[in-house]
Amino acid sequence: MGCNRREFLKIAGLSTLLGAGGNAAFELLRPGALEASEFVEGKRSLEAGRWSMVIDMRKCLGERNCTKCMDACHETHNVPDFGNRKDEVKWIWKEPFENTFPDQENEFQTEELEGKPFVVLCNHCEHPPCVRVCPTQATFKRKKDGLVMMDYHRCIGCRFCMAACPYGSRSFNWRIPRTAHNLQQHRNPEYPTRTKGVVEKCTFCDERLAVGLGPKCVEACDEKALIFGDLDDPKSVVREIIRNNYSIRRKPELGTNPSVFYLI
Amino acid sequence: MLEKALRGTKTYWAWIFFLLALFGVGFLFYMKQLSYGLGITGMSRDVSWGFYVAQFTYLVGVAASAVMLVMPYYLHNYKKFGRIVILGEFLAVSAVSMCVLFIFVDLGQPFRVMNVVLHPTPNSVMFWDMIVLMGYFTLNIIIGWTTLGAERKGVKPAAWVKPLIYLSIPWAVSIHTVTAFLYSGLPGRHMWLTAIMAPRFLASAFASGPAILILLAFLVRKISRFDPGTEAIQTLAKIVTYAMITNIFFFVLEFFTAFYSRIPGHMHSLQYLFAGLDGHGKLVPFMWTFVVVAAIGIFLLIIPRFRQNENLLGIAALAIFISTWIDKGMGLVVGGFIPNPFEEVTEYFPTGPELMITLGVYACGLLVLTILYKVAIGVKEEVGA
Amino acid sequence: MYDAGKIIIGLIVFLGFATFPIWHDGGKAVSAPEPEITAYAKKIGHCVEPEKWMRANHMQLLDHWRDAAVREDKRVYVSSTGEEYDISLQNTCLRCHSNKEKFCDRCHQFAGVHELYCWDCHLESKEMKKWAATDESF
Repeated sequence: MGCNRREFLKIAGLSTLLGAGGNAAFELLRPGALEASEFVEGKRSLEAGRWSMVIDMRKCLGERNCTKCMDACHETHNVPDFGNRKDEVKWIWKEPFENTFPDQENEFQTEELEGKPFVVLCNHCEHPPCVRVCPTQATFKRKKDGLVMMDYHRCIGCRFCMAACPYGSRSFNWRIPRTAHNLQQHRNPEYPTRTKGVVEKCTFCDERLAVGLGPKCVEACDEKALIFGDLDDPKSVVREIIRNNYSIRRKPELGTNPSVFYLI
Repeated sequence: MLEKALRGTKTYWAWIFFLLALFGVGFLFYMKQLSYGLGITGMSRDVSWGFYVAQFTYLVGVAASAVMLVMPYYLHNYKKFGRIVILGEFLAVSAVSMCVLFIFVDLGQPFRVMNVVLHPTPNSVMFWDMIVLMGYFTLNIIIGWTTLGAERKGVKPAAWVKPLIYLSIPWAVSIHTVTAFLYSGLPGRHMWLTAIMAPRFLASAFASGPAILILLAFLVRKISRFDPGTEAIQTLAKIVTYAMITNIFFFVLEFFTAFYSRIPGHMHSLQYLFAGLDGHGKLVPFMWTFVVVAAIGIFLLIIPRFRQNENLLGIAALAIFISTWIDKGMGLVVGGFIPNPFEEVTEYFPTGPELMITLGVYACGLLVLTILYKVAIGVKEEVGA
Repeated sequence: MYDAGKIIIGLIVFLGFATFPIWHDGGKAVSAPEPEITAYAKKIGHCVEPEKWMRANHMQLLDHWRDAAVREDKRVYVSSTGEEYDISLQNTCLRCHSNKEKFCDRCHQFAGVHELYCWDCHLESKEMKKWAATDESF
C-alpha cells in the first residue's frame, strides 16, 4: 500500500480529470480494491511513540532456573524447538552477563553479576542495522511506534539481517518449523507458525498490542522484572524507572540506540 | 558462432556430459535442500552464511579480474593481450553466472527472489550488488560476443562497443567493492568492519582471477591450436605477483591493527582462524595451508627465472588459486561469524549435500565457460588458419 | 533443405505434443466446481464484499489485507458497504469458510493454482476441524 486514502483519492481524482477515468486509476493504484473500502487501525490498539522495555535484573529469577517469560513467548508464538543448537530458533532467552555485555569486561566482578543469566531479546533499535541491510524491506521499522517488524511473507531468506544484527537476536528457519517436536504436540491456534527459509525474531508482540495487551513475556513475569512502555513519553513508567535507576544497554557504542534497558 | 560449440571431439563431448552429470547430481541434492530446508547444510543460527556465500564472494573476484586484461589492452593499447582478452571476458561471464547461482541456492525462499526487484531497497547493499552483477554480466557477454564476432569477420568491432568497454573497467571495480561493502558495513562483526575490505577484495581478485587465467591459457594451448601467447602469459604472471603481494600485505595490516592494539574483539576472529579459540579450531589447518601455499606461490612468482619457467609458473598459479580460495572461499566468511555476538564459538563445516550442491553450481559455471571458450577458440583457430 | 525427412518428422512429433491437450480433451467441457458454502456462512449470509466481486478479486483483497495488517498495523477493514471486519485470514475468512478443502482447494485445483503457501503458516487444522464440526450443527 504505497499511498494513504487521501493521496489515493487525489491521484484518482486527478486522473479522472485528465481523462484516464477514475476506475482505471483505481485499477492501477490499488488493483482489486473497491472504491469505498478502506483500512483503519483497530480501536483497542495500544499506541506509543517508541515502544521500549526495561528489564530489572535485580528482580529476575533467571539464575534460579525461572524461564517463565521465554516459555510464555515461545508457546504463544509457536517458536519451534528442534532440541539442537544448529537448528535453534529463539525470540527471548538467557545469556550470562559477560556474554550479554562483552564491553563490560571486568577482571573482578561482583559475585552477584558474575555468570548471572541475563534475559535477551530483540532490542528494537532506533537505528536497526537489520532494517538497513534487508533487500526487500521484509524487516522494517514501523513508523508509528518504532517496532522492528518482520513481514514473513516477503522475506527471501538471504540472512543478511542475521549478519548485520550485532545482538544475535535473529533466527532462521533452517527446517520446516511445524516438524519440530513441540509444535507437533501443541500449537497456539491463534498465532501462525512460520515457513521454512524465513528469518524470525521478537516483535514486542505487535499482535497483542493491536488488541490492547502488552507483550506476553511482560505478562508472564510474576516478579514484574519486565516493564514495557513508551520511551517518547516523559511521563511513562519506563521513563520514570530510567530516570531514577542507573540502566545499561547492550553495545550502545555501535550507535544502534537499543530500546531495551537493563537495571543491574 | 554458437555452432562452434556443437562440434567437438569425443573428449569434448565426454567433458560436456561429465559436467552435465555433475550438475544433475547437484540439482538432485538441491531438490532435497528445497524440501528439507537449508538445515541440510552446516550453517546455523550463529554461522548463518557458509560455503555458498563464500564461493559467491570468491567468484565475484574472479569475475572482476577480467579488468586486468581489459584495461591494459583497451586503455593502454597493450597489444599482447589482444589474443587473450576474450578469455578474461568469458571467464567473467562464467564467474558471474556462478555468483548468481550461489546466491540463489543460499536463499531460504528462492521462489521469492523477485521481491528484490518488486520492492527495490536502495539502502540495502545487496540491492546494489544485484544491479552491479547483472550489469557486469551483460557488459561482458555483449563486449565479448561482439568483438569476437568482428574478429571472425576480420573487421573492427562496432563503434558503440568502445564506450561499453570503457564502462566495464570501473564497473569491474564496482562489483567487488560493492561485494566488500556487504561485509564491511556491518556493525558488530569486527573482522569484517575494516575500511580496507574493498582493497583487500580487489587485490585478492586481481591475484586469483589472472592465476586461473594462466592455468586456462596453458590448458587452451595444450588442447587447441590457439596460443594465447607466451608474453601475454608472462605479463599476467607479473600482475598476479604484484596483486598477491599486495593482498598479503593488506592481510598483514589487519594483523598489525588487531594484535598491536590488542583489542580483544579485533583479535578474536583472527585467533580463531589461525590458532583456534576456546578450544575450537576446525579451520586452523586450512588457514596455515593458505599461508604456506601463498608463500610458495609468491616465492615462485617473484624470482624471474622461476616465473619464466612455464612448469613452475603453472605450479605458482595453482598455488595462488588455492591459497586465495582458502582465504576468501572459507576463512573470510566463516571467520567473520566466529565468535558470535555473545562471544561464543559455534563452528561451521560444510556438509556432504552442501558440497554436492556447490559442485553442481561449479559444474554449471564450467559448462558455461567450456561453451564460451569453445566458441572463442573456434573463432581464433578459424581466423588464424 | 538438408535432412528434410528428419526435420519434418520432428516437426510433426512436436506439433503432436504441443496440441496434445486439444485433441485429447477436444469437445469435452469440464465444468468448474462450485465452492461449497458452510452452514455457518449461509447463516451470516454475506461475505466481506459482494460475492461476484470476491470471486474475481479475493486474491488482491487478501494481499491488501496482509500488507495493511502486517506493515501498517491497520487491522480493521471497512468494506464498501461500510461494515467493519477484523483483518485476519485465520479468524475472519476461515471462520466462515472453515471447509478449506471444499471451498478453497477445489477451485484452486481446477484452476491449477497450487503454489499457495498460506497454509505453511496459517490455519490450525485442529481448530478448523472444531469449527467445521460446529458448523455441521447449523
